[in-house]
Amino acid sequence: MSMVSPLLFLILVPLVAIAFILVGSNARMTALIASVVNLVFVLALFAVYKQGEAPYQFLWSLPVIPSMGIALTLGADGLSLIMLLLAALVTVAAVAVSRTPEKNANWFYASLLFISAGGIGAFASIDLFFFYMFHELALIPTFLLIGIWGSGDRQAAAWKATIYLALGSFVLLLGLIGLYLIQPEGMRTFDLRAIIGMAEAGFLPDGNWVYLLLLIGFGILVSLFPFHTWAPQAYASAPAPAAMLHAGVLKKFGLYGLIRIAAPILPESVAAFSNLLLVLLVGNILYVGYVTISQRKLDWMLGYSSVMHMGYIFLGFAALNTLSLTGASLMLFAHGLSIAALFALSGELRERTGTLDFAELGGFAKPMPAFGLLFGFAAFAAIGLPGFVGFAGELLVFFGSFIGGEPSMGSINGKEIFALNNFQIATICAVWGVVISAVYMLRAYRRVFFGPLNDRWAGLPEISGLTRGAIVTLIVVMLVTGFFPSLLINFLQSASQVWP
Amino acid sequence: MAMISALALEICVVCVGIFLLMADAFYVHLDKRALAYGGIFGLLVVFAMTFFIEPVPKEYLAFYADDSLGIFFKRFALLGTILTLILSIEYAPVVERFIPGSKPGAGLGEFFVLPVFTCAGLMWMASAADFVMIFCALELVTISFYIQVAYMRKNQASLEAGTKYLILGALSTGFLVYGITWIYGMTGQTGLQKISGALLFFPQASQTALLFGIGLVLVALGFKVAAAPFQFWVPDVYQGAPTPVTAFLSVGSKAAGFVVLMRVIEPFLAVPVINAKLVAALQVLAGLTLIYGNLAAMPQTNLKRLLGYSSIAHAGYLLVGVASVGSPSAGRAIVFYLLGYLLMTFLAFLVLIPVAKAAGGDDIAHFNGLGRRAPGLALAMLISMLSLAGLPFTVGFLGKFFIFEAAMREQHYALVAIGVVTVACGFYYYLKVVRAMYWQPAPADAGPIEVSALTRFAATFLAALILIIGIFPKPILQILP
Repeated sequence: MSMVSPLLFLILVPLVAIAFILVGSNARMTALIASVVNLVFVLALFAVYKQGEAPYQFLWSLPVIPSMGIALTLGADGLSLIMLLLAALVTVAAVAVSRTPEKNANWFYASLLFISAGGIGAFASIDLFFFYMFHELALIPTFLLIGIWGSGDRQAAAWKATIYLALGSFVLLLGLIGLYLIQPEGMRTFDLRAIIGMAEAGFLPDGNWVYLLLLIGFGILVSLFPFHTWAPQAYASAPAPAAMLHAGVLKKFGLYGLIRIAAPILPESVAAFSNLLLVLLVGNILYVGYVTISQRKLDWMLGYSSVMHMGYIFLGFAALNTLSLTGASLMLFAHGLSIAALFALSGELRERTGTLDFAELGGFAKPMPAFGLLFGFAAFAAIGLPGFVGFAGELLVFFGSFIGGEPSMGSINGKEIFALNNFQIATICAVWGVVISAVYMLRAYRRVFFGPLNDRWAGLPEISGLTRGAIVTLIVVMLVTGFFPSLLINFLQSASQVWP
Repeated sequence: MAMISALALEICVVCVGIFLLMADAFYVHLDKRALAYGGIFGLLVVFAMTFFIEPVPKEYLAFYADDSLGIFFKRFALLGTILTLILSIEYAPVVERFIPGSKPGAGLGEFFVLPVFTCAGLMWMASAADFVMIFCALELVTISFYIQVAYMRKNQASLEAGTKYLILGALSTGFLVYGITWIYGMTGQTGLQKISGALLFFPQASQTALLFGIGLVLVALGFKVAAAPFQFWVPDVYQGAPTPVTAFLSVGSKAAGFVVLMRVIEPFLAVPVINAKLVAALQVLAGLTLIYGNLAAMPQTNLKRLLGYSSIAHAGYLLVGVASVGSPSAGRAIVFYLLGYLLMTFLAFLVLIPVAKAAGGDDIAHFNGLGRRAPGLALAMLISMLSLAGLPFTVGFLGKFFIFEAAMREQHYALVAIGVVTVACGFYYYLKVVRAMYWQPAPADAGPIEVSALTRFAATFLAALILIIGIFPKPILQILP
């Protein structure tokens, strides 16, 4: 155990930056420096991380409630590192594309950094109690960001999201307490490694109700159908950087938690409730998918699309094999980057035009060709076009889920024939979902960038400077990891040891 | 170091009170605020004395429990009273307006001295191990509160609150005495320890009568801790009373009620048949209190009234803890929750008084734009509200976490389910205050808000404690009973 974990610095950098901002240093510069420092830090961790040794490295622990086995334990394996990279990248991009508001700029950037610190803390925690607590750091900043700097019906959106998330997080807390209480008396702890050890040794009894609480709690946070209604509204109303951080990083917390906790500890319960989860995730993909097609505004469409894409990741989780879980982990990363790029671009568009209604837009490829190109790349990445990391993730999820579950055999006229089991049916629905997402993304693209250009938009300025650099960076990362997914998959091996 | 017995603490507090009364009577030209400073100083000395306690031999004082729980709540009462006095100093100009006097400051003296006597009562309650002792201590607390609630005698609301509190308080006292009579009649004892001895050989046939007695005591204590359906006095009294008294009432009176409740039910829980019924009754009380307190708080627009309902809501969470006393972690959960409740409630009132003085009212709308007008005060209020709502990294979250853990250990799943839904309601009404402070624009005619150095110090201290204990509770958990 090292003296002090570098992960602690990763959490402290944004918090210290917040302190500086609140006492009056230049908000934008401080936030930008802190987020770039963090990104460099995470990349350095990738370089230092030793493959093939103990999965969790950079360990550090501070007992907080010893009698209940609660400690602030930090540590990272390959999956955590990938999520940390996602968090750091999206933070840099979010700060870079932010337009400093005229009033209270310091609160604005402080709130952004708070969300970032919450995400980083959650992904760097091994102790489930702190894993949970860090995620909640983001709740109030999101409330303030949407409520003060949001657009549209921002008050209703902020209330709805906050109350939904508070409810979900307390359901999740009950699930975590349940996970604590089903451990044998005297050994109870919140340390993830110890709990996985107990599960492998067979000390944990049946935990169906615990899993259900975790599924509903995490499900609300990830906008699992039918608990998804807070998300599109909140993302449509939120200022672009807040939507980027929340949809790109924070929302991944729920699925990350399921992959981290439920998959290794409660695999029997996951299997027992797989049919329920399959129905819900097909709801995410098909129902929400068709709802997405019918949207008339770009921001709402992106909000719904981010809900819909969670369905694929749930599918990867439900199938519960190494292939599908690897795919799900890749998709966490891929979707975080693509949705962040899309929200950044739609925020830029709103700044230029003041509206995101498809009926009023059109022909923007002419005045802003680079903008159109970047949007096209981001949209293709979201669909999962080959060459982007999303494709690798989707492919692995589909392969993994198609072989998930028990093979099912039917018979016709006494002859045994191969039949589809529920996982395979869900996979087919999900493949159809790719078509749905291609339909709405391409339609949006056509409506915004092609067709006749309204005269009032003739002089739109091209995307430039830091904003352009940030979005190009996100797209380049998606392309590089898309052509060489092994860069990420190698790191996932450390996490996959405990997967069923 | 010379050690002292716990009894000396209450005697010292009463002496401080009498001394202050004398000073008020004989030093006519004294600035009345000096009394409050004197009281704060005296109580701080007593607070320091609590760390040098020597146990009294048990056979010597069976009616007096100086266990760690008792000592902890004595400190709790002292801290609460000190904070109340700080609030009173800030609030004094408002009281002056509503008390006619020949010269300025007349009649303020008792306003600063009465809390000291209440404090002595609260400290006795913390140690009461005999029904007679419980009754006497409770009456000392309640009667001194009657005066304090109705203190601003030219203020209609304060008088109305005082009358309501007097009538319902007297009613609950009646329930308590009647209940004690039944229990005494069935067991022949008033001492809690002797009662638990008598229960060992208690005939099955007479249990109904005993349960009747316990039920009456439960009703009376339900009034004191503001549990539904005995909560109806709370909103009006909290809104009408002088603000420092509201704070004291919601923290001190409630905490003492819970200590007594925990002590009183302990002997009866040892009897399996009674245990089942008692726990069921407590569960019903807890569920009703949670639902009523949280739902009724949602539409409130006046912050004092909102805090009144929130006090009912928190009584609900505490009752969930009491209903789970079978679990080894429940006692600590209740004590921790009460400690957190003291910190966050007093912090809210410390911000409320200066803001209400400057804005001329204590509606939530009077907090509009506070984030820009007074960032420090707004930050303190933000911390208090988030802690009351139960956001992680605050003491309020850990309190709820411990309570839920104890309840799940005892498998009170229905209560836990109600609790989770009501927590979400709580986020709504506490965030209404946050919204007013940060979303809404400040009114154009808003003047500056003056805060005394003492209030500023106390608020900083409480806010820091809320965060520090919320992040790193280890040292506090070690000293809890």
